Order: sequence, then C-alpha cells, then structure tokens
Amino acid sequence: MVIKYLIEKEFKQFGRNPFLSKFVFIFPFVMLSILPLAANFEVKDLNLAVIDNNHSSYSQRLVQKIAASRYFHLTGVPSSYRQALKNIEQDQSDMILEIPPSFEQDLIREKNARVMISANAVNGMKGGLGSAYLAGILAEYNAEIRQELLPSAVSSSQTGLEVSKLFRFNPLLDYKFMMVPAIMVMLITMICGFLPAFNIVSEKEAGTIEQMNVTPVSKFSLILSKLIPYWVVGFVVLTICFGVAWLFYGLWPKGSLLTIYLFASVFVLAFSGLGLIVSNYAKTLQQAMFMVFFIVITFIFMSGLYTPVDNMPQWGQYISDISPLKYFLRVMRLVYLKGSSTADLIKPFLALCTFAVVFNTWAVLSYRKSQ
Amino acid sequence: MNDFSNMTKPTAKGNWIFFMAFVRKEFHHIFRDKMSMLILLVMPILMLILFGYALNTEVKNSKVAVYDPSQDEATRAIVEKLQVNDYFVLHRMLKSPDEVDRVFKSGEVAMVVVFSEHFYESLVHGGKAQIQLIADGTDPNTANTITTYASTIINNYQQELLKTGAIPYQITPEVKLLYNPSMVAAYNFVPGVMGMIILLICAMMTSVSIAREKENGTMEILLVSPMKPLYVILSKAVPYFFLSVVNLITILLISVFVMGVPVAGSFFWLIVLSLLYIFVSLALGLLISSVVNSQMAAMLISAMGLMMPVMLLSGMLFPTENMPVALQALSDIIPARWYIIAVKKIMIKGLSVGSILTELAILGSMAIVLVTVSLRNFKIRLE
Repeated sequence: MVIKYLIEKEFKQFGRNPFLSKFVFIFPFVMLSILPLAANFEVKDLNLAVIDNNHSSYSQRLVQKIAASRYFHLTGVPSSYRQALKNIEQDQSDMILEIPPSFEQDLIREKNARVMISANAVNGMKGGLGSAYLAGILAEYNAEIRQELLPSAVSSSQTGLEVSKLFRFNPLLDYKFMMVPAIMVMLITMICGFLPAFNIVSEKEAGTIEQMNVTPVSKFSLILSKLIPYWVVGFVVLTICFGVAWLFYGLWPKGSLLTIYLFASVFVLAFSGLGLIVSNYAKTLQQAMFMVFFIVITFIFMSGLYTPVDNMPQWGQYISDISPLKYFLRVMRLVYLKGSSTADLIKPFLALCTFAVVFNTWAVLSYRKSQ
Repeated sequence: MNDFSNMTKPTAKGNWIFFMAFVRKEFHHIFRDKMSMLILLVMPILMLILFGYALNTEVKNSKVAVYDPSQDEATRAIVEKLQVNDYFVLHRMLKSPDEVDRVFKSGEVAMVVVFSEHFYESLVHGGKAQIQLIADGTDPNTANTITTYASTIINNYQQELLKTGAIPYQITPEVKLLYNPSMVAAYNFVPGVMGMIILLICAMMTSVSIAREKENGTMEILLVSPMKPLYVILSKAVPYFFLSVVNLITILLISVFVMGVPVAGSFFWLIVLSLLYIFVSLALGLLISSVVNSQMAAMLISAMGLMMPVMLLSGMLFPTENMPVALQALSDIIPARWYIIAVKKIMIKGLSVGSILTELAILGSMAIVLVTVSLRNFKIRLE
C-alpha cells in the first residue's frame, strides 16, 4: 500500500503551502459571489438622442411613446446631427433618431414619412437589436396613427394569427441562471488545471522528483497519487460553489446533486490529467504556467461558456469538440437548470470518460523516471 | 569599473553602465529559455485569431424543432420561411407535444415552434390560429433574439398572405449602422482580446520572473549591488517591455491583415496608447511580485486572479453599463477597461487623440500609482 503514503505526502505538501491552501477556499467563494452579477448581455436602457426637426404633435407623440418604453432613455435633445454624433463618439448616447422637418406633412399628405435611425454598431449586436427595438416602437406608433386616420382599413387587415412566446426554465430571462454554472465550470477548470500543472514541474525545480525516481514506485501509482489530491480539491471547490449559488442566487440544482458530483469527478480527473501532461513536458514553472494558461483560456472561450458554440465558425466548433469543458458545461446547465435525467447525459458522459482515459494514459506514458 | 570609489557611490554615467549591464543580464535570462520565449511570442497570435473569430454574440444557426399537428399549406410555408433564414436550422419535426420537454432536457434545440390544430383553416376563416414559440431560457440572449426574429418572420408571412398592397400613412425608418455597417463581431471583440492578452501576459511575465529571483535568493544579490533598488527593478521590466512591443506589433498586424479590423484613426496615437498600457500592465506585474514570496503565488495571482476579473469586468465581453453600480466601480480600477474603450475610439470609430485624453490620463495615473506602491512594498533590505 505504498500509494497510501504517496497520497499522504501529496496532501502534506499541499497543506504546507499556506498560500495555496487558503487560495483554494477563498478564490471560488469570492469569484462566484461577485462575477455572475457582471455577466449580462442584455440590451436595455439604450441612450437615445432625438433630433426633432418637426415639432408637430405627431412627432412629439412619437417621442413620448419612445420615452415611455422600457428599452430607451432619452438623453437630451441635441439641435443638430453633428452634435448628436459627438455624443455617440463619447459613448454618452447609443443611438440617434432624426425626425425630418417635413415629417407631419409627409405623413398626412404624401402618406409616407421617413425617419432616420443611426446606431453605434461597434458592438454589432447592440446596434442591431437596438435599431430593431426602435423600429418595433415606430411600427406600433404607425399602427395607432393608421387606426385613428383610417379606422376601416385596420379592421380588415386584422387576422386571427396569434404568436405567443414562452421561455422555458427561466421565464424572466435572468442572466445569472446562465452564468452561475459557467463560472463554476471555469473555477473548477482553473484550479484543477493550474495546480497539477505546477505540481511535477515544481518538484523538478526543487530537485525532489529525483528522490521519487530512484524509488521502485511505478509511474502509474506516482501519477495516481498526484491526481487524487486534486480530485478532492475539485470536490471541495464544487461544494463551495453549490453553497454560494444557493446562498447568493437562490439556485439549487433541479436535477440530482449526485449526478453533478459524478460528472465533476470524471471531469476533474480528465482535466487534472491534462495539467499533469503539461507538467511532464515543461522544464520550468514558467513554461508550465504559460502552457496551461493558454490551454485553459482557449478552452474557456471556445466551449460556449459565454458565447454559444453554434455561433462559431466550423473550425471553431471542431476545437470545442475536443474541449472537456464543453461537455461538462452542458451537463451542468442541463442538470442545474433543466433537471435533465441521466439518460439525456450518456453522450457527454462517454465523452468525458474518453478524455479522462486518454489524458491520464498520456500523463503516465509521458512521465520519465530517467532523463 | 575598476575604480572602487565609483562602485560605492556611482556617478550618473556609472549608474547607466550598471543599468545596461543589468538589462543585458535579463535579456540573457529570457533568451536562454527558448521554449518560454517561443510560447510568449506565438501565444498572443494564436489567441487573437482563435478568440477574434470565435467570440460572436450574434445569434445564427440556432437549432429549432417543430411540432405541427396541422401539416397544411400555411404551417409548411412558415416552416419553410424559418428554414431559409440564416438564424435557424430545422433540427427535426416532433411527433407529439410530449416530446417538447424531452428535446429541451437533452439540450438538442434552442427553440420549439408549436402550431395549433387546423391552422390554415382557422387563419383564413377567421378563427384563432396560434403559434407558440417556446425558447430555452437558460441562454437568455439567444432566447430573446430568436423569438424576436421568428415573430418578425411570421408577421411578414401574415402580411404577404393578406396581400395588402401599399399601406397608407406609412412611417419608414432608415437605419444607419455607424462605424460597423456590416456588424462584424470582430470590431467589438478584437480590442477586448487585445486588452486581455497584453495585460495578462505582461503581468504574468514580470511577476513570475521577479518572484523566481526572490525564491532562488538571487534577488538579494542584486539588491546588495551599488545600484539603487529602483533601477534594479526597472532593469527587470525593460526586456519584457521589448518583448511586449514585439507582441503588440504582431497583434496589430494580425488584427488589420488577418481579422480585417481597420485602424480608422491615428496609428501613431494607437501605438502611444498601447505602450502606456503595456507599461501599466508591467507595473501591475511588479506590484504582484512585490507582495508574494514564491513563483507559485505569483502565478496564481497573475494568471488566475487576474484572468477572471479581466474577462468579465473589463467590458471585453459584457457591457459595463449592464453591471450593478458596485461592480462598475470595481471595473473602473481594471486598466483593461480604459484601454479597450480608448482602442475602440481610435481604431474603430476613427476619432482623434482629443477624445481619449481621459483614458490616457487614467492609465497614466495608474502607472504612477502602481510603480510607487510596488517600489514601496519591495523589501530592499535583507532579513
């Protein structure tokens, strides 16, 4: 039972580093209690500057209608387009609505009036969605006016088509629901990726690894003894995350807690294995850090934590296929938010198991007992 | 330097010679580790290309399932219209309403379109034809966007069906998308990715290299030299400054020639801004190294501790105006936030240097504060 002593040694080494042992507890707690509040893609409270060159009752009613909507804030009434554009340049407003001097006249006499919408589209989604909202309000206003001026035409253009929207699992479209599982995955990935990557290489730098190498301990038990502490750390981090999510955000898994622990155990095994591979190849701590940093950050961005995988180009989706994070995140969201059962999760489970086997075999094979 | 009195009280010229010797030593350290250098030079390029293309909040190709008990002319036409659109991909037809729950729970689709029975008949003969758009609310951005698009498409179909000709009293909006008319996602994300890469890599490099000397005990040897501690520490930052400038140049070349993100404003001021930002990032690394005693701690703080706030609070992904006030204040102290705003102004909007004076001033004061605090923190005496 030499493995027992090896594991004991790893735990002692871990506990002796005062910074590390505190970090593992504090880091997930602080990050999960703050960061989900920051992550919100919602397009709302757009700052709109209105240039009303018409000043008629029609144009003023339009402006009032926009001001009453929940999407827009009116930020002053600039006198010219140039001035309004200055506000956009300084990020004081997001959009400009320009009503031409002949608005009322065009609408009543020519039966067709134009208005100009200019949106800051550096953030394309915000610009696009913002102008779609504004166009929607214009269309509503348009329908109102038409009804007033031409009551008969409207009734004939009404049909019995009803479109209703329903948001499953998250009726109020709260972003925290999406972000909390993602940030949990990110935390576990970082801790269970970075720490093992530093493990073997720091023993290389300290020279203690050679003392291990001259013992008859097999490569397999050596790697196993290095994996198990991170496995435990992963469980601790996950448990802290569950607590914070429940305490701060009122989120408790809809599905079974055991399912999440099961998947987490396979995921942590896989990702720590990847960390150990890095540690085997790196000659210095610095190299290990840069390599694992690159791997972790790439997987974080390519696995759909923040932006959906479906939006990526095809090659990006292939990269996400080889990321264990993608499967674990999927499972976290499914079990946490939707309460999916084990049967829905067989595919990601098999994928994660494959990663665990491949990475850890690789870690054992790439470990060199003799230089 | 064989004049001993010169060693104890160096003249300005002597100081300079010492300084250059220290800088040369640091360059040797870096060039000796070929692997690290390769990683440092190649990693930013790969990251910019990967994330520049992959980060995209614009929703397209969302998988949709349809439950259609009517199977008539109208429902087929609507499904057809949804399908030809870029936003949707028809995943499959459901056979019964019970399946709706299942396809969501297995995570197969983002939206299910449910038609009512006898759809076409009801539509034409004045009854109530109903369409329900059920979206997966676990991704609010996608859910909101695709239901909005789908109802627009359905409304258009309705208009066509009614064959209403020219509608009187029409208000037509003319939409102009400023700075980014084709809504390229890279215009929004490339400045953010630049800000993140520069900050993280600079802070990691400096903090770890100084922490390593502390750990090995060689820092003490440097500090007993006749050179002032300020110069000892600055000499460590100089090579990393050069390395970062090389990275900056490759990053800019790639964003212009590979990602197709133009430099609309002054190239000169973009460089000045970036150099200042590199300096701030290196100073942040100095600060980290001044409070830690081991490489491990330096790495955990600079890589993990900085990575999450920079990703989530700097405005690189998530708009800062959506954050609660307390978090906005937190995001104000992240240098990347100001760099990203300023880069967007100069690079994308093409504004003059006058528009980024605030950001330059903030980054400048951050640099001064960081350098002052970290120098004060450095224990320059042996314990």
